[in-house]
Amino acid sequence: MSGEQGELRVEGVSKRFGEVAALCDVSLAVARGEFVTLVGPSGCGKTTLIRIIAGLELADGGRVVLGSADITRLPAHRRPVNTVFQDYALFPHLSVRENVAFGLRSRKRPPEEVERRVAAALEMLQSEGFAQRRPHQLSGGQKQRVALARALVNEPEVLLLDEPMSALDAKLRAEVRLELRRLQRQLGKTFLLVTHDQDEAMTVSDRIFVMRDGRIEQAGTPAEVYEHPRNRFVAEFVGAANLIPVTASDGAVQAAWGQLTTLCRPPWQEGILAIRPERVRLCTQEPAANGLRGRVRELIYCGAHVDLLVEPASLRVRCAPSAAVQVGDEVWVELPPEHLEVLSE
Amino acid sequence: MSRLVIWYGQLTTRRRLWTKGALLAGGAALWLLAFLLLPALVMAALGFTKRGPYGEVQWQFTLENFRRLLGYGLMEWSADYLLILGRSIWVALVTTVLCLLLAYPLAFFIAGRSRRTRAALLGLVMVPFCTNLVIRAYGWMLLLGHQMPPARLAQLAGFLPPDTGLYPGALAVFLGMVTSDLPFAVLPLYTSVERLDWSLVEAARDLYAPRRRVFLHAILPQTLPGLTAAIILTFIPAMGAFVVPDLLGGAKYMLVGNLIQQQFGASRDWPFGATVSLALLVLTLIGLFLFRGREGAGERG
Repeated sequence: MSGEQGELRVEGVSKRFGEVAALCDVSLAVARGEFVTLVGPSGCGKTTLIRIIAGLELADGGRVVLGSADITRLPAHRRPVNTVFQDYALFPHLSVRENVAFGLRSRKRPPEEVERRVAAALEMLQSEGFAQRRPHQLSGGQKQRVALARALVNEPEVLLLDEPMSALDAKLRAEVRLELRRLQRQLGKTFLLVTHDQDEAMTVSDRIFVMRDGRIEQAGTPAEVYEHPRNRFVAEFVGAANLIPVTASDGAVQAAWGQLTTLCRPPWQEGILAIRPERVRLCTQEPAANGLRGRVRELIYCGAHVDLLVEPASLRVRCAPSAAVQVGDEVWVELPPEHLEVLSE
Repeated sequence: MSRLVIWYGQLTTRRRLWTKGALLAGGAALWLLAFLLLPALVMAALGFTKRGPYGEVQWQFTLENFRRLLGYGLMEWSADYLLILGRSIWVALVTTVLCLLLAYPLAFFIAGRSRRTRAALLGLVMVPFCTNLVIRAYGWMLLLGHQMPPARLAQLAGFLPPDTGLYPGALAVFLGMVTSDLPFAVLPLYTSVERLDWSLVEAARDLYAPRRRVFLHAILPQTLPGLTAAIILTFIPAMGAFVVPDLLGGAKYMLVGNLIQQQFGASRDWPFGATVSLALLVLTLIGLFLFRGREGAGERG
C-alpha cells in the first residue's frame, strides 16, 4: 500500500531505553501540508518520536513511512527531513550565512544555487541583517530564525521542530508562534512540532496529538480536543477543567451536592464529568437545571478575566472582570448540560 | 581613596581590596621574581660572557658563543650545533604529532565510558607519572636490546643487521618521548571531548553531512581548546627533553637538552650552555607565537 505523496505515517513504533518504555506501539498519520503538534508533559515520549522520524534514534519496532518509502532504517543524512533543535545547535565557528548554507554544501550543490537559495531563506526569515555574524552574537529570537532558515533552505518534505520556543521569553514566543504559522501556510510544508506548552500547541496546529507515558491519549483538532477531552488527563493537561466525581444509575447522574443533567448517558456507574471554567455560568437566581448554590471562597484577578473559586466542590468559575462579586458572597452557578463532558474513564 | 565598594556581596573599600590582593598574590610574585625572572636574566647575561681556561666565567662581553652556535668555531665552519637544534625541533614536532594521533581517539574512548570506568582509565593514563622517568627509560633499553623479541623480529624481517638492537637510536628516542609526553596530551583533550555538545553532531548529520564534514564542523572546532593545550603541553617539554634522548639516543642522537646539560656539566662551559639555553627559549617562543597566530587566523576565517 503506497501512501499519498508527502504523507508521513508512523506505524506501531515502539522504543525502550533500558527498563523505560519511551514509546508503546504509537501510530499516527500526518497529511502533506499539515501542521501537527505532539504535546505532553516531559518524559511522555514526544521528543523520542520525532528523533525516530529524523533518524537520530532507531525504533525497536514499527515503521516510519514517508510518501511511499519506508525510511525506518534510512540514516539521518539520507532522509528528506530536517530538524530545528531545541537549543538550535548552530555551528559556533560558522557565520549565520555559512550555517544556513551547510546542508546545501553537504549535498554539493553548485555555488550559484547555494548562494541564491541561502539569500532567499535569509530573506524569508528577515535575517539578512545579521548574516555575517556568529551565533554567539545573536539574540535568542535571531538564533531561532537562523535555525529555521538552516532547516528550511533544504526544502525538506517534513520539518521537525523540537521545542523550538522553549528558550524564548513569553512575548517573543507569542510572536514566533504567529510567524511559524504564517511560514507554514506560505510554504505549504508539513510541520511536526513537539512542545510541552499546550497553549502553543492550540494556537499553531491543525491537529494535535496529546501524549502520555509513551502513548497517544487523544488526537484531533485543537477545538475537538479542548471541547471534548476523552479522559481526565487530557481534560487537565489541555486548558483548565473542573472535574466533578459523580455516580450514575438508571440515567440519573448524582454529584455530591445534587442531581445533574447531561446530554449523553455515562457508560459507567462511577466516573468523572468535566466542565471548562468559562462554561460555568454565574447566575443571580436559581437556574432551571444543574444549579448550585455556593459561596465565593477566593477571587483571582487575571486582567482579561476573573476566576472565582466557589464552595462546595471547589468549582472554578471564569467570568468578566466587571462582575460585581466579592469573596464571601453567596452565588448561584449553572453547569449547562451541553458543556458537561462525560469522560470515558 | 577609601571609597566604599561592594565586592561580590562583601562591603569593603578599594584600599582594603588592594592590600588584600597584594598580600595574597605577593608570595607567588616574589617567588617568581627571585627564583625565575632574576636567574633567567643572569643566564641571558651569561650567554654573552667568556669561559676562562679553568671553566670559570669571565665577565667580558663577547658574541663568540653565538658565532660558535652558528658553526664558526676554532676550526672551519661546521653545522654540528645547528644540526642538533634542527633535530630537536624535528623530534619535538614528531613527538607532538604522534602524541596527538594517539591521544585524540583515546580521549573519545575514555569519554564514552561510564563514570566509574572513566576514572579508572584516567588513572591508568597517569600511571607513568608514578614511575621515575629514568626507570622507564631503562625499561625501554632492556626491551629494545639486541636479543629481545622486537629487535629479533626486525632482524628476521631484514630491517636490522644481525646482533644489533633497536636501541640506541631514533626509534628508541621517539618511543621514550611519546611514552613520557602522552598523558600531557590525553588529559586536556579528554577535558574538551567530555564536554562535547553532541547535538552539533546530530545537526550536521541532519543536514546531510558525510563523515568527514561532521568531524570538520561539529567535532574538531569543539575540541580546538583541548588540542591547543595538548600541543603546548607536549611540544615544550619535548623541546627541552634531555633524560630520554640521553639514555635512549646514544652519542649520535644528541638533542639540544643534552647539549645544554653537557655544557653545564662535563664541559664546564657555562657561557656557551647559557647561549644554547637562550636559543632554545627563543625557538620555543617563536614556535608558540607562530602557532598562536595561526590559531587566531583560523578563528577569524
